[in-house]
Amino acid sequence: MNDLKDKALPNAVTDLASSPSSRFNLEASDKPYLDSNELIINMGPQHPATHGVLRVILKLDGEKVLGTECVIGYLHRGVEKIAENRTYTMFNPYVDRMDYVAAVSNGLGYCQAVEKLLNIEAPPRANFIRVILTELNRIASHQIWLGTHALDIGAMTPLFYTFRDREEILKIFEKYCGARLTTHAFRIGGCQYELYPGFEKDVKNFLAFFLPKMDEYEALLTGNRIWIDRTKNVGMLSARDAIALGVTGPMLRASGVKWDIRKAIPYANYADFDFEIPIGQNGDTYDRYLVRMQEMRQSCRIIEQAVNGIPEGPIMAKVPKVIKPAVGEIYHSIEAPKGELGYFIVSDGSTQPYRLRVRPPSFVNLQALDIMVRGQLVADVVAVIGTIDIVLGEVDR
Amino acid sequence: MMQSFMSYLGSTVPPGNAGNQLWALIYVLIIFVAVSLTVMWLINWVERKALAHFQVRLGPMRVGPHGLLQPFADALKLMLKEDIIPDQADKAVFWFAPVIGLLASFTVYIVIPFGPSQAVSDMNIGILFMLGVSSLGVLGIVTAGWASNSHYPLMGALRSSAQMVSYEVAMGLAVVSAILMTSLNSTGTGTLSMIGIVEAQQQQGVWFLFKFFPLGVIAFVIFAIAMVAETNRAPFDLAEAESELTAGFHTEYSGLRWSLFMLAEYAAMMAVSSIAVTLWLGGWLRPFPNLLHGPAWEFIFSLFPGLSFAAFAAIAFIGTVRMPSDSFFKVQRIGLGIFGLTLAFTALLLLVIAFVGRGDDVNIAGRLREGIDYVFWFLLKVAIFMYLFFWYRATWPRYRFDQLMKIGWKVMLPISLGALIATAIVGVLVK
Repeated sequence: MNDLKDKALPNAVTDLASSPSSRFNLEASDKPYLDSNELIINMGPQHPATHGVLRVILKLDGEKVLGTECVIGYLHRGVEKIAENRTYTMFNPYVDRMDYVAAVSNGLGYCQAVEKLLNIEAPPRANFIRVILTELNRIASHQIWLGTHALDIGAMTPLFYTFRDREEILKIFEKYCGARLTTHAFRIGGCQYELYPGFEKDVKNFLAFFLPKMDEYEALLTGNRIWIDRTKNVGMLSARDAIALGVTGPMLRASGVKWDIRKAIPYANYADFDFEIPIGQNGDTYDRYLVRMQEMRQSCRIIEQAVNGIPEGPIMAKVPKVIKPAVGEIYHSIEAPKGELGYFIVSDGSTQPYRLRVRPPSFVNLQALDIMVRGQLVADVVAVIGTIDIVLGEVDR
Repeated sequence: MMQSFMSYLGSTVPPGNAGNQLWALIYVLIIFVAVSLTVMWLINWVERKALAHFQVRLGPMRVGPHGLLQPFADALKLMLKEDIIPDQADKAVFWFAPVIGLLASFTVYIVIPFGPSQAVSDMNIGILFMLGVSSLGVLGIVTAGWASNSHYPLMGALRSSAQMVSYEVAMGLAVVSAILMTSLNSTGTGTLSMIGIVEAQQQQGVWFLFKFFPLGVIAFVIFAIAMVAETNRAPFDLAEAESELTAGFHTEYSGLRWSLFMLAEYAAMMAVSSIAVTLWLGGWLRPFPNLLHGPAWEFIFSLFPGLSFAAFAAIAFIGTVRMPSDSFFKVQRIGLGIFGLTLAFTALLLLVIAFVGRGDDVNIAGRLREGIDYVFWFLLKVAIFMYLFFWYRATWPRYRFDQLMKIGWKVMLPISLGALIATAIVGVLVK
């Protein structure tokens, strides 16, 4: 515990945090000219590279980063509190608005958590649909990460390529459930919609279309001298630090820890599929890039297996009309594109959760920012924010 | 007056050297208007279109056919915007900074030789003047960053000045190795004059790019990299790194002042491309001027300007035909047709001049034909560089500050120094 404390709360951050007024000293109007000492600048909340409304207070010595402090909450909507005033069914669409680029994963986690609380299980056909859509969503989320990450590092073009290809996934979502972004694709106990005719064909077409596009992205970036210079040995995160900080997902795997909830605690029917967990060695930004790229290919593998084996059968389990779980509490987590997405639900036996707590992966991963950028340059802060793959909707909830 | 006007037509030296002030003034005005218009309209439009097509987008499509009038709309918008000067800014310096940048990048055009007599002036220290003045551009950036009295602009300005210092050196050495090559003649004296450098390439019968292969290529590549860094373009656009410093040195600028920075940046891009073209790509010389000479070849090559305009006109006409038949596109279709007709007319005019002025360099038509040829080949080579600038921007991520410095000092400087020494040694041996 002690060494967690040492790692998680480095001095400069506590210094900054303990004297919040000191942040603004340099902006005080009685100093007409710029100070030649340490520079404290606000990166965000309006900044092109902070992925929404993250505000990072940077303490700089020239270009070198001495310390950072993240200020979050600009997008806080009180999702967890809303849950306490909604029935279990009514709350379902709200989770889509947390990590809005991976809404399907959010929905899956929530539905499965409630199912676990109700002690019911989705039928096999529903599980197949869930896996296919979730993995498609993982690809879509990683595409957004790739595009914005590359844009942060200065490569404009991959952004447009990834958005072009993500469109195909969104089209499948739209055809399936009518929504593109905040899909609300699943229901507690299974899926609301039967697959539309031609779903399998669409998914197979997408796979055939997408794999060459992966090569296209990689041709632009993987071997690119500048890309390697900008990402190798940048934002190093050791496995020890990563575990101590609770970092999960591709970030943890890039540090060399083979931990993927799809394999470790299989949910839905991930246990039936054959796929690998890509891991990195150095835990730098380049490794995280490679891991995520590999993950997209592995997702394609899963989708391919799943789409060829969708069984016939019902898509909904027998779920009571009014969802009223017994008194109790449950924690269920899934491997969202950004890491471990957990739902902790306390039920008091009524139709509404007594308490619902979300463990959002990017909120936890964002903690690692300070360790990763300390001693590096301003440009690396941007690269590291990109590589953490935060979505502020999820961080602030 | 008339005499003074006509006198230049028989002259073989730039008006500045012949003491022809009227023509020098005309040249300055032509260059100012042409460069501003090219930068504001043509380059702006081409960059946005090229970048868009790299990135599977359409780019501007609404204002005018295929967005041809978009740059004018943008210019108008920028001029009408509120002119904000931050409260804490150093107002005088803030006001003056974009002007410095603009002056620096436009002054360079005085010595750019579009042809043997198609320049404002031919200074005997031409290339030094050019390097000196074009590097003043950074002063505009630094003062802008400092006067804004804000953090991001300050960091952008500091990055820019550091970048400047590290790349000027390698660039200078690359230039010196090209200048060394000019001295490989019977008298053994080289020249710093821009026109002299091109003439030396003509005499030696080779562009300096291919001279002492691969030494010329090395120096050229060094210069080509350094000039991207010099103009703060991707992948060296650290001074205005959008994702890091919001907008770098011009974060606090808006409206017309901001557009002056942009104008200066693009004018500087053309200026450094012109240096590269003059030093290594034979300036105004058409391909193989010594090998394929004689009236027939002259005539064939003088058809190129007209033919290229004809090609542009053809593209415009194809666009007119391919435009959807919906009545919504009627105005655009007519507009594009008129644009195509203008291009076709220009092409026709150029072809007529080429035909009338063939095999002749004394009469007005002949002189005109010759001048058009020179300017065309020069601008064609510059256009290739401009396209490269856009291509870089679409392809590469941005370098980090320390990596940029490392490349400047640890890679480019030694290589250019080595190329210079090798050029000197080979030059002595060849002689």
